Amino acid sequence: MSAVEAAGTRGGVGPILSVRDLHVSYETREGPVPAVRGISFDLGPGETLGIAGESGCGKSSMAAAVLRLLPPEAVVSGEVRLDGEDVFAMTPGRLRAVRWTEAAIIFQGAMHALNPVWKVKHQIGEAIELHDPKAAGKTRARVDELLEQVGLPARRAEAYPHQLSGGQRQRVMIAMALACRPRLLIADEPTTALDVMVQAQVLALLAELQTDLGLAMVFITHDLSVLTSCCRELAIMYAGRIVERGPSHQVFVDPRHPYTRALAAAFPTVGDPRFRKAPLGLPGDPPDPRARPDGCPFTPRCPDAQSECSAEEPNLRVAGPGREAACVLVGRTR
Amino acid sequence: MNPPPSPLLELHDVHVSFTAGKHARSGSPIARAVDGVDLSVDRGEIVALVGESGCGKTTLARAILGLEQPGRGQIRFDGEALPRSSKGLRAYRRRAQMVFQDPTGALNPRQTIYESVAEGLRIHKIDGDEEELVAGALSRSGLRPPEQFFLRYPHEISGGQRQRVVIAGAMALEPALLVADEPVASLDASVRGEIIRLMLGLVEQTNIAMLVVTHDLGLAWNIADRVAVMYLGRIVEVGPTEQVLDAPKHPYTEALLSVVPETKRMEQQILQGEPPDPTRVPEGCRFHPRCPAFANGEAARLGIAARCESEDPQPISVGPNHAAACHRNTASAAEPPGTAHGT
Repeated sequence: MSAVEAAGTRGGVGPILSVRDLHVSYETREGPVPAVRGISFDLGPGETLGIAGESGCGKSSMAAAVLRLLPPEAVVSGEVRLDGEDVFAMTPGRLRAVRWTEAAIIFQGAMHALNPVWKVKHQIGEAIELHDPKAAGKTRARVDELLEQVGLPARRAEAYPHQLSGGQRQRVMIAMALACRPRLLIADEPTTALDVMVQAQVLALLAELQTDLGLAMVFITHDLSVLTSCCRELAIMYAGRIVERGPSHQVFVDPRHPYTRALAAAFPTVGDPRFRKAPLGLPGDPPDPRARPDGCPFTPRCPDAQSECSAEEPNLRVAGPGREAACVLVGRTR
Repeated sequence: MNPPPSPLLELHDVHVSFTAGKHARSGSPIARAVDGVDLSVDRGEIVALVGESGCGKTTLARAILGLEQPGRGQIRFDGEALPRSSKGLRAYRRRAQMVFQDPTGALNPRQTIYESVAEGLRIHKIDGDEEELVAGALSRSGLRPPEQFFLRYPHEISGGQRQRVVIAGAMALEPALLVADEPVASLDASVRGEIIRLMLGLVEQTNIAMLVVTHDLGLAWNIADRVAVMYLGRIVEVGPTEQVLDAPKHPYTEALLSVVPETKRMEQQILQGEPPDPTRVPEGCRFHPRCPAFANGEAARLGIAARCESEDPQPISVGPNHAAACHRNTASAAEPPGTAHGT
């Protein structure tokens, strides 16, 4: 930790985001409930990581922990470094500066987060001026530039949120997230409420921004098929841990963990007769974090479970070039 | 009097329009939300109504449930025109039930599961032992044993179970038609399969007719016997699911299919802009300003570009029970429709 001490590395070649052994649990009357149980990854400039899993797998807690956005009853341990700087050691002032300027986050249903009585130009302008008081005179020019970047005509700056469609509001949110030129964008279910064509537009926009601005991106969703189309790397979470990761297309078409296989099958391929009138999917529910089964937590739902699976929880192990999976069957012939 | 077996639900040339704003004056623009729709759904059949937000599919669903009055055209249910009196409508709504996208919003958080399901039975004064009916509905929806759910509140059960409760509430009234608006959109991958399986099972067991309103072509492929694609108030393509989603005959259907994230076989055709404004339906083919086949010159090559701009295409048969409203399908036989695209 001490060897690469923070400040000097900004703009260096190290990862933008480095997460080490992150744990999050929530204090409840019945005791602590673990939500994230030891997650580590690095994300370099311009890299994209997709994180997929069902509700309750800990993916949103993980995202919120990275920018210290969790409620007070959350207990966090491990290490998160943004551009080399320890996020958990930041003062509140430093943290406020870092959110938006270093890392911005777009939440699910974020388009409902716009203030209904403010024009678009004021919403975006506020984000700019709060973080860069010197920008005052140039705010409007920057607003127009941002709107153009997200594919909205500059005249939309005069609109109120209710005058925009869902897709346009989501673009405004993306423009706000980009207002302070962050190097990392965390998007939590950014397209979930949008319909297919608008989703495709927003995904294409994010991909374009990612290339043009060299943004690093963490993309979180339950929809595995969306991730494969916009992320190079994919991590699958189950019961608070990463159970598989690797290049996204490979993970989707040739999963190594039985959970990934079930999750991928839950999304029908249009045109594939196997999915006609027969949704493949995942029987059962994810484990209750208060009563996680012993051993591998996927065992009760796993079609390939062995007797040894309930004995010990497997760690990630190498499952091919650039690939890892946390399953005892990895490397064995089935 | 009725001609033998007519479909349970039949729509002929249905129009629903709105004037913009509550206090609209004469001369305010008129939004033609549903602009001449023909559609049928038969007993034991699942029809998926697909299209973008704003295409009019929700307005159409509301009209089918008697919540909007068509300005023109006719909706027939079981061979008869929809009732207009409030008493007649109440009786009708028992037989035509609706399930919404968000089960959390559809359930009263302060009501137990039992109360939520029993409410419809009480409103419609259904005879019989209430507890038995509620238990039966819950257990048919896969909530077993039902008694275990009676006294629980919506927040105490999972999202998938909540959607089952909503479906149980609708099915308790033994409707002949279920209209489901995005029934799985807010659910997790695992739960999605469960709810789809439940809906397929209900159709099989009760011979109910189901209209599934969705923008999710994957869901349509999973569940529907037939698919109707709606664009700007009109059904532009309708037919058996395998035909419409595997061999589409309308460029709009092709574009929708091309942006389904898992469909890798097509070049993406991302239509720009939002769906156009129903207060300003374009002249000619309503899709031509966004049509990839019009923009890329295919229409010009086929010699139909002028018609695309001036003539409103009518649905024509492009296969067994399969119709599409695109001039390309009536273009010269030199280039049969369906071969010049979709690579």
